[in-house]
Amino acid sequence: MNRNAPTRHDEAWRYSDISAVEATWPLAAPESIIVPAGGNFARTILQDTGSIHQLDIAIGKGATTAIHVLNIGGDYGRVELNITLHEGADFKLGAVQIGGGTQNLEIITTVTHAEPKATSSQIVRSVLAGTATGTYLGKVAVARDAQLTDSVQSVKAMLLDRSATANAKPELEIYADDVKCAHGCAIGELDAMGLFYLQARGIAPADAKKLMLQAFVAGVFDDAADEDILIESALKKLGELV
Amino acid sequence: MLQITNLHANVGEKPILKGLTLSLNAGEIHAIMGPNGAGKSTLGYVLSGRPGYEVTEGSVTFDGNDLLDLEPHERAAAGLFLGFQYPVEIPGVSNVQFLREALNAQRKNRGEAPLSGAEFLKVAREQAGALGMDMDMLKRPVNVGFSGGEKKRNEMVQMGIINPALAILDETDSGLDIDALRMVGDGINRIMRKPDKAVLLITHYQRLLDYVKPDFVHVLDNGRITRTGGAELALELERDGYKELAA
Repeated sequence: MNRNAPTRHDEAWRYSDISAVEATWPLAAPESIIVPAGGNFARTILQDTGSIHQLDIAIGKGATTAIHVLNIGGDYGRVELNITLHEGADFKLGAVQIGGGTQNLEIITTVTHAEPKATSSQIVRSVLAGTATGTYLGKVAVARDAQLTDSVQSVKAMLLDRSATANAKPELEIYADDVKCAHGCAIGELDAMGLFYLQARGIAPADAKKLMLQAFVAGVFDDAADEDILIESALKKLGELV
Repeated sequence: MLQITNLHANVGEKPILKGLTLSLNAGEIHAIMGPNGAGKSTLGYVLSGRPGYEVTEGSVTFDGNDLLDLEPHERAAAGLFLGFQYPVEIPGVSNVQFLREALNAQRKNRGEAPLSGAEFLKVAREQAGALGMDMDMLKRPVNVGFSGGEKKRNEMVQMGIINPALAILDETDSGLDIDALRMVGDGINRIMRKPDKAVLLITHYQRLLDYVKPDFVHVLDNGRITRTGGAELALELERDGYKELAA
């Protein structure tokens, strides 16, 4: 046992595959990125091997950052983003995780609105089959001076089997008094009537499921530089699950 | 074309169909009328293979083959079309994408070549135009934000594109205003009134039958056909009600 590795008592690791984490502990220092004032930064993270990605990003005044995540590979895959927004900065996350078998996939974000008028938007879609676990822990922290913060979290998970698990925790910590922080969270199953409707028109069950799941994750990768690769990889993974 | 013999079916534990026998030949339009809870919609769902609708006795053959042995999508490929009483909304999936996939899946199942995007759009445009639906609506997600009447018209557009041998239309007339009713009626005649096709119209009211003249009218009550007649039977029912008829 690695004494310094996190345990389930650590909030940010409470649903993690602890033995997988211990095996790779200590981790390399998180990749640190500073987006200068007025700059634009974009990054695509395609996690398809079972690894831990940690990014610290400081977004300067009036700068923008767009991160797209497709978390699909390996027994344990984790993408952890620690974002700090300065005045008028904008952060966008579009993330999809698709897991089957015994996979444990998670996306952990801390978005700190340190200064006024910054905006952030996080869209996370999970599709889980078998006994897979998909987790999103997303904390939005708004500092005392960060008035006119505008933040959105939209979190949805689709369970293909009753044995799969989705954990979703949008979390707000707000010290300013003039802010907008929207958060929505839903966990569900594919609509049985919708599936029957598609089948009654001639579409085979697996293709009907795939069509509905494709619709479920559609839009998350809009405007991503690697949109085609992301969609192709997501569809391939969905095809393996249905 | 369709031979239903002594059909018994349960929904959950509850018996709904209790020995229904009905025969449809090519070129015929049959109407099934009956009070609420008689089993009309159940018949449509059993024939199209909806999960949860369990056949406990009897048989159904379609062009001589055992229909009940097929999955819903195989029944569709064999030429059966169910027009839904409540068409389902499918957010995120466009009508065009859905219909092209459905049509090509059926064609593939029958060993036919798929239609190209251009070929499909031509067919879709013709059928949508004939039912007064513009192409913008066809590009929108399936039935999402459609009014009741638009959903029913969309069912007819789908029927036109898929061009089935047998259509089972479950209360396609409900929720339609007078103009839409005429349009749907014309659509049924145009698409399905052919010597090699048949229609089973499930309806509460006589009014659709003003536009689509049935060759046979059946009364379904308590899970079985209790009376069969010609088009005039519908008028009689409208005048006297189901109660009177049962007495």
